[in-house]
Amino acid sequence: MKQSLEKIYNWLNERVELDDLIKFMGKKYVPVHRHSVWYYFGGVSLFLFIIQVVTGILLLMYYKGSEEFAFESIQFIMSKVQFGWLIRSIHSWTANLFILTAMIHMFSVFFEKSYRKPREITWLTGMLMFFLALGFGFSGYLLPWNELAYFATKVGTDIAGVVPLVGKPIMIFLRGGEEVTGATLSRFFGFHVAVFPGIFTVLLGIHLLLVQRQGMSEPLSSENEPAVERKTMPFFPNFLLRDLLLWLIVLNLLAILAVFFPWELGKKADAFAAAPAGIKPEWYFLFMFQSLKYIPGKLWIFDGEVFGIMLFGAAGFLWMLVPLWDRKSARGEKNRLITYIGLFVVFYMIILTMIGWAS
Amino acid sequence: MIEHPPIQPQQTKRDFLKYILGGSLFVWIGTILYPVLSYLKPPSQAEAEVSSVKAGKLSDIEKDSGTIVKFGTKPVILLRTANGDLRAFSATCTHLDCTVQYRKDFGLIWCACHNGKYDVNGRNVSGPPPRPLDEYKVNVQGGEVFISKKS
Repeated sequence: MKQSLEKIYNWLNERVELDDLIKFMGKKYVPVHRHSVWYYFGGVSLFLFIIQVVTGILLLMYYKGSEEFAFESIQFIMSKVQFGWLIRSIHSWTANLFILTAMIHMFSVFFEKSYRKPREITWLTGMLMFFLALGFGFSGYLLPWNELAYFATKVGTDIAGVVPLVGKPIMIFLRGGEEVTGATLSRFFGFHVAVFPGIFTVLLGIHLLLVQRQGMSEPLSSENEPAVERKTMPFFPNFLLRDLLLWLIVLNLLAILAVFFPWELGKKADAFAAAPAGIKPEWYFLFMFQSLKYIPGKLWIFDGEVFGIMLFGAAGFLWMLVPLWDRKSARGEKNRLITYIGLFVVFYMIILTMIGWAS
Repeated sequence: MIEHPPIQPQQTKRDFLKYILGGSLFVWIGTILYPVLSYLKPPSQAEAEVSSVKAGKLSDIEKDSGTIVKFGTKPVILLRTANGDLRAFSATCTHLDCTVQYRKDFGLIWCACHNGKYDVNGRNVSGPPPRPLDEYKVNVQGGEVFISKKS
């Protein structure tokens, strides 16, 4: 057994130089300091993404992406297909946890200013993946074709439509027409299972390659310490094994959530029913949803919602470009302003999410 | 040192080629993008233009109530006020496209999505809606209620 494994290894090694790769992995060290815990959230996000790919492919075996059959096909998955309820619940729960861990990962990088030179591209690809994750969430939400999803999609695409000039064509492109119909479902299905995964995989490849190539970022404070005083841990196998243990814990957590809190399906969408009372978007859109409620119909010459949406758009864009305008961190100096901005954003999001949740 | 002769004429020839090739590259990209972009634009489907729909018998419509009626592909809300007046408005909220409903407890038209409110005349009175709801005409003929577009 051992001999034949060695033979296979040697066969591969002669051709693709595995030795180099192992040497490279052995040389990667993870810095150990009081903020090291945050390093795990990127890995957990990766694991959740892999779960999404696997459960997503499984759902594709039975899902039918059309106005007539989408809702019924998920009913079928949930009630007739063996373990269908489990696969769908895991897919829904993982989607939410993925956004949560990606968000934690993003904020930890933001507060540590790890986006500073030379890791601007890693941050940028990460942010693009985060926006894609929101796109995954939004498009996937419609696929069961239930009442909540129908109105969420009407509102979400209408929001795109209020952007001056380009908004209307974008809305029609997203909806596949003037209204949210089966055409919208077909398009969202295509985005969700083909367009987004394709782009995401490319971005993820760049992101991971850069992390391997540049190594883990260290906090600004310990960067100036002499090398001998800095503690590290080998990535392989020490950090990887810890990663795997955490992944196992997360998988168990998912199983518990999926079994004890199965994801609901709701009522089938009806274009001629009023929006149900208490309708809310997914939690990660709640803070924006709640803010929109507070903006009056007219602000000066603008429609209130146009103003709100443009403001959120601009804020997201600036957030994504932070490595370009935070010159201080790039020079290795402390930048408290960034920390305050980050704290403001975190508190704003938490408070408005809570109000939105409670109302 | 060898003096180079001026290379003006050759340069213009090269420039000319550059523009031709660069230009044809743009045209080539255009010929690929044009059909793709056109493909993505959903074709406009001929919709039967609806000018009037029957909303049911007057005797079946309770006072102080609102129902949603199909008007072609669009939802319309038919109100019967407490004193028996009939009114109809577009049921599409002017804020972000949700479908509104009549709330007896408020005596108002209400949108569940962002808590927008309209009075029984369709005027936006509270919350984020920027405009009133479009009004439709309501006629009663032989006990049947008809909703039609305002001309």
